[in-house]
Amino acid sequence: MKQLLSGNEAMALGAYHAGVFVAAAYPGTPSTEILENLARQKGIYVEWSTNEKVALEVAMGAAYGGVRALASMKHVGLNVAADPFFAVSTTGITGGLVVISCDDPGEHSSQGEQDNRHFARFAKVPMLEPTDSQEAYDLMDWVFKISEEFDTPVLFRSTTRISHCKTVVDVNRERKADLKPAGFIRSPAKYVMVPSNARPRRNVMEDRIVKLLSYVESFPMNEMILQDRKLGIVTSGVAYQHAREVFKNASFLKLVTIYPLPANLVRRFAQEVERVIVVEELDPYLEEELRCLGIPVTGKDFVPIIGELTPEILEQGAIKAGLLPAPKHVAKPAAPPQLPARRPQLCAGCPHVGTEYILRKLCFKDSKVPGPIKEDEIIVTSDIGCYTLGVYPPLAALDTCACMGASIGQAIGLEKAKVRNKVVAVLGDSTFMHSGITGLVDAVYNQGNITVIILDNGTTAMTGHQGHPGTGLSARGEKATAVKLEEVVKGLGVKDVHVVSAFDLKAIESALKHCLGTKEPSVIISRAPCPLSIRVTAIPYRVNADECSSCYICLDLGCPAISLSDDKAVIDASMCQGCSICAQICPQEAIAKAG
Amino acid sequence: MKDVNVLMVGVGGQGVILASDAMSEIGMNSGYDVKKTDSLGMAQRGGSVVSHVRWGKHVFSPMVKRGEADFLVGFEQVEAARWAPYLKPGGVVIVADVVVMPISVIGSKTPYPSWKEIEGVLKQYTGQIYLIPAPQIAQEVGNPRAMNMVILGFLSAFLELEQAAWTENIRRRLPPKFVESSLKAFVRGAEEARTMIQAKGVVK
Repeated sequence: MKQLLSGNEAMALGAYHAGVFVAAAYPGTPSTEILENLARQKGIYVEWSTNEKVALEVAMGAAYGGVRALASMKHVGLNVAADPFFAVSTTGITGGLVVISCDDPGEHSSQGEQDNRHFARFAKVPMLEPTDSQEAYDLMDWVFKISEEFDTPVLFRSTTRISHCKTVVDVNRERKADLKPAGFIRSPAKYVMVPSNARPRRNVMEDRIVKLLSYVESFPMNEMILQDRKLGIVTSGVAYQHAREVFKNASFLKLVTIYPLPANLVRRFAQEVERVIVVEELDPYLEEELRCLGIPVTGKDFVPIIGELTPEILEQGAIKAGLLPAPKHVAKPAAPPQLPARRPQLCAGCPHVGTEYILRKLCFKDSKVPGPIKEDEIIVTSDIGCYTLGVYPPLAALDTCACMGASIGQAIGLEKAKVRNKVVAVLGDSTFMHSGITGLVDAVYNQGNITVIILDNGTTAMTGHQGHPGTGLSARGEKATAVKLEEVVKGLGVKDVHVVSAFDLKAIESALKHCLGTKEPSVIISRAPCPLSIRVTAIPYRVNADECSSCYICLDLGCPAISLSDDKAVIDASMCQGCSICAQICPQEAIAKAG
Repeated sequence: MKDVNVLMVGVGGQGVILASDAMSEIGMNSGYDVKKTDSLGMAQRGGSVVSHVRWGKHVFSPMVKRGEADFLVGFEQVEAARWAPYLKPGGVVIVADVVVMPISVIGSKTPYPSWKEIEGVLKQYTGQIYLIPAPQIAQEVGNPRAMNMVILGFLSAFLELEQAAWTENIRRRLPPKFVESSLKAFVRGAEEARTMIQAKGVVK
């Protein structure tokens, strides 16, 4: 049956048909939909884990238990999960284990760009990569087999344009019926990695790669397409599709087994063509591998190392490198006029806005950014989530954003470095559960004099409202045990804990002022639901134009429902969620509930 | 079967993705090879949305190249202008008469351009410009959210598939209570296109 599936949908369906029994993930663009789609299948266990490390450990345990298991994550998620990733490469598994890494070239929705193909070589884990949804679906059957046959986890790498691209898929399998039941086989030499056991496993790992080297030589989905022999292109992933588009008549070697590479196949291809080039996104991974094989090759001299590859960028590079003829001169239309930018922004009714407005007011005062910070100002370390959008004007209320949970450790470090300023760390509820807890324990243990604000909107909002331990909702949307933030925080040993409504500016301000005056770690939980995850039926607010003095203070919120008309503030009633923040800051008291 | 390259652009929440999903599946069911990809970024937070839809005998790259879009379908005026360089010379641009103010223009010196200015940008690439009263039509059929269906209907008038191929897919895709109004919106969009094409005297 033909279906139009995104890469993520295809991976989920392929894994389901391959008999996956346990799947775990932490949401992260562009990987989120894999677990969301698996959660729609019956008869398997799926979970949103607290973070990627836990997700992989859950999948690893399931694979130790003899069933097929999967963990999916975004590229930076594999950094978090790197420890178990290397560990399970050492121990191997019993049931098949597949780790899906979705890289985000061009950082569509990420804090950094990285090429996770390196992880395969680094951890000595075989890696495969599809070029479209059909291959994503088909390969899922193969990767579980490879995992079991070679006693290894398998890394399956996707990128944004594979994960978020729909292509036609012939869904030609059903869920396997002959699945092995779970059963743990005691084997301390394999599963208990004390040094005396870990050393012999190193030999097993290296032997495994040798066996895989010969296995991949005949892997049926690596494909040699011989057309014009003047130019031979070695490529993989979505870059293969762009290359086919741009170099219509060239010969191609399409690779799906990326680590280890089928060296003899690559050599044979190189002999078939006059010149070999590599077309790949991000790092010169294939290019360097080919050079190690002694094949003269170019690639990164005309394909950028940074950002997402598009057919257009590839074509321009190829023309510059003389690989394609320059187009006949086309009269270029004038450059379009400056158009207003459309940046992502916090939504109308977003519960983060009020807290970030107070942060701006108390911590930034009127300071010039960037520049040295004055003594009476406060440093705001921040984290990964919707609230990071508060870095943009007009809120402009954040000083850092690096990686999940880093805000708390950074705050401790700044304080211990004896900067003269107070430090506030800001992170969301899901991020706190993901990796804020360990930072907070550190603050308690090492007496960090910092204030942590947890913006608790009751969901993982940025990635599309997935459950997390604090929500009491499972990956299937069923009731689960809710882990209460304030109990966690108090349990960690924080004495000074405040819970405020995220829509009560006075309460937020007074809690923050109090915490900044103490000499111990303190936590403020600023709580209100995300308006996109619940249906808000509040009465919208309205500006009384006669009372509006055109001071523009309400515009400092950056609320998309507020704009100017004839120099007076107006509120779009269809967008307003009735959060009342604007009414609380209007010095003229010109804003009130409509009707 | 002619290859078709479409860029659908707009703002998060306007129904761009649903429209491009529908168009892709309709193409597949009608025998085309199809690829489609969205650039969402953080669209749900008010950012731009771009869908590339490609129909063909065999489609390789999912992305439409600059200067190769047969159709640029703008759900919002500034977004249409922003992506104009993707139009192939003489391609068709369909723009919904919708303005969604970016936060950057509120209280700032960069104003939102007038339609005349936007049309000026588009005219550098093509003469085939259709500004369509999509929100009004959606209002008239009693479903303001069906603006994307008006646009899809309008686009369908330029393509070679039968109307039934579209309406059958829309029927399956939408919740029952929205089907009737959405189909009305689609048909009104297609009618609007035929009227406007005739008025322009452009042969399909």
